[in-house]
Amino acid sequence: MTLRKYLVILSIVFFGSVGDAFLARGMKYVGSVDVRHANNLLVALGNPFVIVGIFFLLAFMWSYMTALSFADLSYVLPATALGYVNMILLSIFWLHEHVSPQRWVGVAFIVTGVGVVAGGPSRTEHSSSKISEPEPVEHV
Amino acid sequence: MRMLYTWICIFTTVSTAAAGDVFVALAMRRIGDLGDLRRQHGFLAVVMRVLSSGVLFAGVFFMALAFFSNLVGLSWADLSLIGPASAALTFVANALGAKFFLRENVDRRRWFATIFVCCGVLLLTWS
Repeated sequence: MTLRKYLVILSIVFFGSVGDAFLARGMKYVGSVDVRHANNLLVALGNPFVIVGIFFLLAFMWSYMTALSFADLSYVLPATALGYVNMILLSIFWLHEHVSPQRWVGVAFIVTGVGVVAGGPSRTEHSSSKISEPEPVEHV
Repeated sequence: MRMLYTWICIFTTVSTAAAGDVFVALAMRRIGDLGDLRRQHGFLAVVMRVLSSGVLFAGVFFMALAFFSNLVGLSWADLSLIGPASAALTFVANALGAKFFLRENVDRRRWFATIFVCCGVLLLTWS
């Protein structure tokens, strides 16, 4: 794993959790969306927080796909669970929510899990390496 | 009966979310390291390669199914049940999918990490 690859993993954590926090903040202004208030969905799409949140989540998806192009799924998912910890920190400092001791224990479990997986290899070497080798791409 | 529908929804959400992740992972493995591709062929070639992958779109389709299944589940049961159950079970389902469909080496270290993260997510979200 190179520094660039660790940065890609961290960008998944960052873009995912910040995007969710922006959506949560935006939806607090918009209100609940249900069958009787379906037009609230259109109102939500005009909210600046929701728009920024969607851009962050697009960046999250691109980072996620980039990570899966060089690391295993069973490595990427636990490693990016730090996003839950980031969400807790954002909910405390930005959304001013209360975090119970039970949740701090949950944070400790996640950090331990991430530490365990991050120390291992990121990619399974398959005996038939054809599947992992990129096909030649024509210049566009 | 309502509880049965709720668990059917949770099962559907977990299985479609795992299928989505497995398909996206398979597509990205076939495409190759995006960083290397960008250095060799440029950013536009990377975008073209990603957008021409049918397996990737299958993954996105399953992810969309998981999203709507989750929404339906939330209309029947509380977020405090649907959220933790779906999130934690999806981690386990993904590890199984990675082992049996993607033939990844899910060793003891990765199982430990998956179980730890599962427990952590349950504690975080189960209020």
